[in-house]
Amino acid sequence: MTGADGTERSSPIIEAVGVSKSFGAVRALSEASFGAGAGEVHGLVGENGAGKSTLIKILSGVLRPDSGEIRVEGQRVELSSPQAAQALGIRTVFQELTLLPWMTVAENLLIRREPKGFGPLLRRREMSSRAEEMLASLGIENIDPLELVANLPLDQRQIVEIVRTVTREPKILFLDEPTSSLAMREVEWLFGLLNQMRGEGRCIVFTSHRWREVESVADRITIFRDGRHVETHAEIDEDHAVTLMTGRKVETMYPELPPADDEEVALEVRNLGGGSLSDISFSLHKGEILGVGGLEGQGQRDLFLALFGAGEKSEGDILIDGKPARIRNPNDAIRAKLGIALVPEDRKSEGLLLPMSVRDNLTLPVMKLFSAGGVIRSRREMRLVQQMVERLQIRLRGSEQAVATLSGGNQQKVLVGRWLLADSRILLLYDVTRGVDVATKHDIYELMLALISEGRSILFYSSDTEEVAHLSHRVLVMREGRINAELKGSEIDAESIVTAALREEDVPA
Amino acid sequence: MSRPKLGQSVRRSRWSHFTAQNVPSLLALLILIATLVFYAVLFSTSLGRLPGNFELTSTTNNAMPLVFSAVGQTIVFLSRGIDLSVGGMMDISNSLAATRMGGSPGSMVLWSIIILLVGAAGGLINGLLVALGRLQPILVTLATLSIFQGVAIKVLPQPGGKVPTGYTDFLTNPGHPWALIFIGLLVLFWLAFRRTAFGVAIYAVGNDEESARANGIRVVRTRVGAYVVGGMFAAAAGLFLAATTTSGDATAGDSYTLTSIAAAFLGGTTIFGGRGSALGSIAGALVLSILISVLFFAGINQLYEDFYQGLFLVLAVALSALVGYFLRRKK
Repeated sequence: MTGADGTERSSPIIEAVGVSKSFGAVRALSEASFGAGAGEVHGLVGENGAGKSTLIKILSGVLRPDSGEIRVEGQRVELSSPQAAQALGIRTVFQELTLLPWMTVAENLLIRREPKGFGPLLRRREMSSRAEEMLASLGIENIDPLELVANLPLDQRQIVEIVRTVTREPKILFLDEPTSSLAMREVEWLFGLLNQMRGEGRCIVFTSHRWREVESVADRITIFRDGRHVETHAEIDEDHAVTLMTGRKVETMYPELPPADDEEVALEVRNLGGGSLSDISFSLHKGEILGVGGLEGQGQRDLFLALFGAGEKSEGDILIDGKPARIRNPNDAIRAKLGIALVPEDRKSEGLLLPMSVRDNLTLPVMKLFSAGGVIRSRREMRLVQQMVERLQIRLRGSEQAVATLSGGNQQKVLVGRWLLADSRILLLYDVTRGVDVATKHDIYELMLALISEGRSILFYSSDTEEVAHLSHRVLVMREGRINAELKGSEIDAESIVTAALREEDVPA
Repeated sequence: MSRPKLGQSVRRSRWSHFTAQNVPSLLALLILIATLVFYAVLFSTSLGRLPGNFELTSTTNNAMPLVFSAVGQTIVFLSRGIDLSVGGMMDISNSLAATRMGGSPGSMVLWSIIILLVGAAGGLINGLLVALGRLQPILVTLATLSIFQGVAIKVLPQPGGKVPTGYTDFLTNPGHPWALIFIGLLVLFWLAFRRTAFGVAIYAVGNDEESARANGIRVVRTRVGAYVVGGMFAAAAGLFLAATTTSGDATAGDSYTLTSIAAAFLGGTTIFGGRGSALGSIAGALVLSILISVLFFAGINQLYEDFYQGLFLVLAVALSALVGYFLRRKK
């Protein structure tokens, strides 16, 4: 079914017709249909759990559908394995990267198609020049082919993954959340690449939670909700799309921020330096959300890690409730006396124990609360866990469910819940909404307001500048490891943050 | 529409990458050199002369079983496995060589090949149980260690038998340090192996099984292959053991399970797979072998040999970790 405006294209090159897929009792896709044509960039949007990733996995041969059929160029096909899909020219950049960390960029780019030399031997020396050409042909110069992937930051790993897939000349290319870890410039690069591929007559399907991105590059947009195809449009405005995605009207994306009138200082930082940081001073009040803005990679991450004791050795002073605090490691920070908690963007590697249950993940740092003589009193534990699940509206089947099976937004809530149980009073939220769907974002915003109303304080960084602008009482704008400007009250909007981020420092020395 | 470019070119030299990515192996080489120097000093102070041809020959010959078993262990390590059955396989190999091998060149070649195939078969059992049976490698190979030991006892119930002199002369010549040639061949083997699709696949599987599969690598086949090659190296190590001792003993290989693991660790290969090099393990095996002579000349009671070996191992691995830590800090 195509959209109401009838953007009928040439027949689709890839099609899913009435596809259903269940995991146990959970129905991920029900009678879902989807189609995309050659020479088209097709945006696929929906909340987490709407079935986008499942659809992509089915169309890539990773999962088999329970029912329904798949057609490629009008022919019914069985995609029994990723290899079968690849043979038809289907290539996919999955959300979970498939890079080999302790191998070089060149080895990763050329795996299984290494240049052959004498007999069974591969020409390792030629690999780096071959990889160099591949990167250069796509306009990438800042990635060294001889570097280990493990040494690359997240965004560059994503780019390597994209390059590897794209250089295999796909007829049909799926990209699942390719931009969630990319900076603005890199997103532009990717979209330039997609535009070129469209010109070459390839079919590109991608998902993203950033509406402006989808709108700017997609020829058509398909909306999924609860495992079903809702609508496909060539033109659709954001409000309408959000309504279709969530099935309810979201009047305002951002909640009203109550004024912060508590003058009591919870956290004070004086002349913090070390690593990429230099001379950072600010104070965070009780019941306040202090935003941290600026272009990506200006030391925000190091600042958060330093305050959590997970960064490099730093100089300067940190005062909690007016008393100097020594934070040498995360354990110092978590301790109830200081009560500092970090919620990072990379949930998988920085905090959650994925194979363990929601209950374990929530209560791990606070076992003492309900233990007697080293033995856990499970009834009390269960009660606390239940309360937290309800309060945070974590969507799950049961508290014994493994965290790995939750959606990104719900994983994030588990992390926040853990620190609430630990009664942390200063929360460092670092890009917590990255890759999280609209409805869950909304939940997180509401949660932030609830937290400050209890007198807790939040230091808040987001790669989405709008978010920082709407949810902060004050904003510290960082540039090259320093605070370039501090914005207050009505001065704060996305534009002024970006302006301040770009401004060369003009503070008297 | 012109596409935006990403970033400025930042390139470090090939050499700089090589050293940064091979710190543990290079460190093992340095430790080897240091141990050699230490040995030479101790030797000359106690005997008043520098070690010569005889010492070089006997040390090399004695090191050969450990060198081979360590390379096999490394290949299994790289696939994110572990092979505890190395000692048992060496027992079988050693017992077969001492009881079956005749003095004619034909018999020696034939039985060498048969014994290597037995090693491959043992590795195949390990590999299938681990990769297809999805059993824990440590459990599988602990079980096959005992089984292989039992098979060896069946082949050679009492220590004895005889390895043909010609065989000893060929593998571990007592008069000349010709066994060094085998170490050279091992190095060449490794450089080539690292450049085969199979070698790359072992590293890939050790890095991340799921990613390797997504890249079209046949994971099961690769893991089984790693154990098969590992088993062949264990069998080869057993042949060298038989050649140096010139007779058979169904328990002579037992200690090599743990020392092969120690040598691989010392060489910088991690048990977590995908990182390391057999070259480091060769250096590690040589270090552990020379250490025995060092302890002898340092006048250490032989009963305390294991104690000092353990102490040395902990110190060496700690040193390696420390160096790695400081290099990371520097960045």
